[in-house]
Amino acid sequence: MKQKYLFNVVFIILTMVFATSVFSKEYEIDQNSKSFKMDGKKVEAVTIKVGDTIRFKNEDPFFHNIFSLSDLKTFDLGSFPKGQSKTVTFDKAGLAEVECAIHPEMYMEVSVQ
Amino acid sequence: MDINSPFKKFSQKMLLAICLSFISAPILAADLSHYLRPSEIPQPDNNRMTPERIELGKMLFFDPRLSGSNWISCATCHNPGLGWSDGLPTAIGHGQKILRRSTPTILNTAYQPLQLWDGRARSLEKQALGPIEDEGEMAQHLHKSKDRSHGLIDELKALKGYRDAFEVAYPGEGITKNTIAKALSSFERTIVSTDAAFDRWIKGDKKAMSKSALRGFTLFEGKANCVKCHSNFNFTDNGFHNIGLEDATDAGRYAIRKVKILIGAFKTPTLRDIALTAPYMHNGAYATLEEVIEHYNVGGISKENISPNIKELNLTDNEKSDLVVFMKSLTGKPTPITYPMLPVE
Repeated sequence: MKQKYLFNVVFIILTMVFATSVFSKEYEIDQNSKSFKMDGKKVEAVTIKVGDTIRFKNEDPFFHNIFSLSDLKTFDLGSFPKGQSKTVTFDKAGLAEVECAIHPEMYMEVSVQ
Repeated sequence: MDINSPFKKFSQKMLLAICLSFISAPILAADLSHYLRPSEIPQPDNNRMTPERIELGKMLFFDPRLSGSNWISCATCHNPGLGWSDGLPTAIGHGQKILRRSTPTILNTAYQPLQLWDGRARSLEKQALGPIEDEGEMAQHLHKSKDRSHGLIDELKALKGYRDAFEVAYPGEGITKNTIAKALSSFERTIVSTDAAFDRWIKGDKKAMSKSALRGFTLFEGKANCVKCHSNFNFTDNGFHNIGLEDATDAGRYAIRKVKILIGAFKTPTLRDIALTAPYMHNGAYATLEEVIEHYNVGGISKENISPNIKELNLTDNEKSDLVVFMKSLTGKPTPITYPMLPVE
């Protein structure tokens, strides 16, 4: 009986992990002309789901940074040159403000649902 | 062979194109439109510039009664005769106190989204009252307090000249901290650079720039790496960088945004009218443009948390000289300004 209970718990956990890895998405947001762009269009807000990842890619010929000091998630990805990218996974629901520390007009909101 | 044959005409055109490409390369072939002056001065919807608002702002800007001592005006530090700065390494404030940062020029500040060396003000309107109320700068109180029998707003309200000027500029809004800030901002937005040799050159006057200045421009955009930060019409990316100055005491932008890269970072200043605004850097470390070039040539002095854009340049003496000549080509003829008559009753 105890073994069956343990098996069920492990099964549920594995199913959740599998589901998260299968259904979570990765979005690419480019840093281009000192703007955040998705599919070539400037974005100031995006909506994603819990577990999703955003890959920030620098397409400008100078360094960019990515950081957030939001209550939802605090991170600082440092500075990186053209061609490089950094990823952030959002693992809780809420709103994160994402900026480039070097170029503060680069600002966007990430709504995690 | 017929000299007018299609082949001959094609050959002539090709020859002309090849000659032109040699004459104009490498600079003229590039798109320089991003250096052109924007068609309009940026201004917020809730404070559009009008002659009345600009004139009121000018009166306030030059009025020393805006300070607690009634002796320091905005123009004391932002002197139009000194490139809208003060010619000092760092500013001198209330009680002759020497402050830790230099007075930034307010030339073309209308084009900058963030104000002050550390960008803590997100608009001119939000910046305008900061120096007035700062105890180290103008040490004024807007309202009466325990220490002051009256504040600035009461002082202005006591003068009919100001009451009338505010009513004309901002009908029904009265004399408030908001209307003071809005009027000052309206005037400051009129302080813009005039066309310099570089502007005449990009608009087609090929004799406007010397050969040395043109070589300097090529270096500026290439080997010297200046354009990484000093970009577009106002020659600034409006960004924040630690450029490796020896100044461990000032956290700069980090005080506003606690991100490591911002420790010791300051806003990229405009290079417009640069010949008029010495000394240079946020702490006035360098008296000449030659010293500035040498700073970048060695890749900065302090390497701690230095921007990755800063690297050793290995410029020759001639290249350094060309860069200075180019930077001086960004200085226009200053617009003469008349001192306003200030209300006395």
